[in-house]
Amino acid sequence: MKLTVNGAPRELDDATTLARLLDDQPARGVAAAVDGEVVPRAEWAGFRLAEGQAVEVLTAVQGG
Amino acid sequence: MSDDPFVIAGVEFPSRLILGTGGAPSMRVVDEVIAASGTAMCTVAMRRISPGTSGSLIDVLERRGVRILPNTAGCRTAQEAVRTAELAREALSTDWVKLEVVADERTLLPDAVELLDAAETLVAQGFTVLPYTNDDPVLARRLQQAGCVAVMPLGSPIGSGLGILNPHNIELIVAEARVPVILDAGIGTASDAALAMELGCAAVLLASSVTRAQHPAAMATAVAAAVTAGRLARLAGRIPKRHHAQASSPTEGMAVL
Repeated sequence: MKLTVNGAPRELDDATTLARLLDDQPARGVAAAVDGEVVPRAEWAGFRLAEGQAVEVLTAVQGG
Repeated sequence: MSDDPFVIAGVEFPSRLILGTGGAPSMRVVDEVIAASGTAMCTVAMRRISPGTSGSLIDVLERRGVRILPNTAGCRTAQEAVRTAELAREALSTDWVKLEVVADERTLLPDAVELLDAAETLVAQGFTVLPYTNDDPVLARRLQQAGCVAVMPLGSPIGSGLGILNPHNIELIVAEARVPVILDAGIGTASDAALAMELGCAAVLLASSVTRAQHPAAMATAVAAAVTAGRLARLAGRIPKRHHAQASSPTEGMAVL
């Protein structure tokens, strides 16, 4: 299935969870939203992604 | 405990200088300016993670023991700002947020309508909201009424270094504020920070004036001293301004020469 992750197209296996997509991310300091809605980290494992969804993955960077 | 405590939402801070981490050329400089400034709270922005993103910013801030204040920089609408605050809360485990909703890239001036809308929504969601606002006493009042725990008026546009363009408005905001007033944006050098404190601000939030100085750590030391000096001067009570001179030497007892 095709999704968008941080603005870039991504091809993923069907029924991939958010936890699977983000398994290489650090254990803290990262948050994700799917189609604009925040998904708490505790729900990543059970969150199944669907065709066409837009995933945003954010972290803290330097800023005023 | 200090005899002149600086408290936001029940949390006491040992420094009245809040440091933005934006603009520093390296993580080493971030570390140096935190140490030199003695700050107890630093702002961060929330951005898309990239393969090159290092996790070291949070590590540096935690090692220095400073509180992390995420901002909503770059957001143009209340909805964007609220979602960014929600993501920051999730990523950083804090419900504190420096709320920024700006109107355009050229001025980076707050959009008053979107700002107030976002503030009301975030307060209702349980966030501890510190809004970056215009130097507008009426908007500052409305933000307090909305439940913000501080108001953070600009001295001049973000990154401009123009100092405090309307000191009278800052005084008006301070005069009626029931929450800490934090001068946020526009500081160019140490004397601007001192003036903010002399006008009665509870604290100063600055980034570029330190992080983009030729010698960032030295400027961090300078602005920290200025914040302390300005606060002491405010508490000491300055003399009124006069149109004419007033001799400080005795006018009696002059010899006839």
